[in-house]
Amino acid sequence: MDEANRNFGPGVVYTETVVHAAPEAFLRDAPYQLAIVELQGGGRRTVRILAQTEGERVHIGDRVEFVELREGVPFYRKAP
Amino acid sequence: MRPVAVVGIGKTPFGAFPARDLRSLAEEAIARCLEDAHAGPSQVEAFYLGNFAGPSFVGQSHLAPYVAAACGLTGIPATRFEAACASSGAAFHHGVLAVAAGIHDVVLVAGVEKMTSEISARVAQILASAGDLAGEIRAGATFPALFAMIARRHMHQYGTTREHLARVAVKNHANGAKNPLAHMRKEVTLETVLAARPVAEPLTVYDCSLISDGAAALLLAPLERAADFTSRPVRVLGVAQSSDRLALQEKEDITTFEAVKRAAKKAYQMAGVGPADIEFAEVHDCFTIAEIMAIEDLGFVAKGEGGPFTAAGSTAPGGRIPVNASGGLKSKGHPVGATGVAQICDLVEQLRGEAGERQLERHSLGLAQNLGGSGATAVVSILSS
Repeated sequence: MDEANRNFGPGVVYTETVVHAAPEAFLRDAPYQLAIVELQGGGRRTVRILAQTEGERVHIGDRVEFVELREGVPFYRKAP
Repeated sequence: MRPVAVVGIGKTPFGAFPARDLRSLAEEAIARCLEDAHAGPSQVEAFYLGNFAGPSFVGQSHLAPYVAAACGLTGIPATRFEAACASSGAAFHHGVLAVAAGIHDVVLVAGVEKMTSEISARVAQILASAGDLAGEIRAGATFPALFAMIARRHMHQYGTTREHLARVAVKNHANGAKNPLAHMRKEVTLETVLAARPVAEPLTVYDCSLISDGAAALLLAPLERAADFTSRPVRVLGVAQSSDRLALQEKEDITTFEAVKRAAKKAYQMAGVGPADIEFAEVHDCFTIAEIMAIEDLGFVAKGEGGPFTAAGSTAPGGRIPVNASGGLKSKGHPVGATGVAQICDLVEQLRGEAGERQLERHSLGLAQNLGGSGATAVVSILSS
């Protein structure tokens, strides 16, 4: 599988934050949630969490699933 | 290796100075330092300058000879050190080594940063370049975000509370209010810290150090020559530097900085002292959680006890080990490239008994801890009167 379509698979949230003061490159995204995910396949990844509502935000220990890669950045969401 | 002394110090105020450029700040700190050491530029044999991001913040590279020439230091080795927020800590470490090894007698070490010429989103972007670009910054991490994730994990593993973090800010602002050179000379209440604007949850704007302009400088000489410059030399008992991976995701446990532990262990060994002997410290409180981690990683308290220890007042002036009596990065300000040398200057003021309203009762053995990025560089220094 090439890197652009790589699926990092499911994982568990190791830690997270919601960024309010964004850097220049991400001003339009703020506020956004960032997390370090412990991957089921091993290792950790810094990922973005797709969350429109407070309820979709994740916390330490939550299971999350891979959604897609956007410009090399893995996007995850809370597993159902 | 021969004993080394700090024989002069000089600092600018820290703050937002729209009319000042990088070079004039460095010049002011160096002039004050040379005056304090009763020395002239012609006595300086080497110049080490800590600066994190002059090329990005102000568009000027090749900074060490640029500053040196303006200060009348010509024809000597002049080198810039870049190690993120530990840039001038690294410059100090190498300056001490050069004198200790007998390569030079008189070395001038300075640090400078001019940050407020850019808007805050641009500053955040420039600072973020000290993180791992591919691993974390491209995903939208900022330094507040990285330390916020560390804080969340520390709270999860050790029961550290939101209030524990706020206590660091309240204490450091109370200290900084007494520091005439501090950027934000005002006390804040617990309620103010907790209710402030979120930067990266759970950190509010009062958990974050300030974006500042400023410079600091010090002069090093062999202890045996210290009397040529000052009647109050301060001895460098130990200094050590260590490194680690940049990205948090590659660290086994993000609630501890292994580089700090390694540098501390070596500095304690060099100095022949242990954490219990240290009377006061200046630590790298770039974020409130960083001070809690620092007092743990330096061995002042056991891992996980930094929050309750702070809340009990043990790190306040008059407490068991006063930490950041200067106000710390939190209140004094954090012109990143100047911070490492400024911390040493703050130790020297205490050790000489010249800290004015901030003077601590026990002031014969002090420690400074300077951190780069989210722990990829650490410098620990131990000084005595």
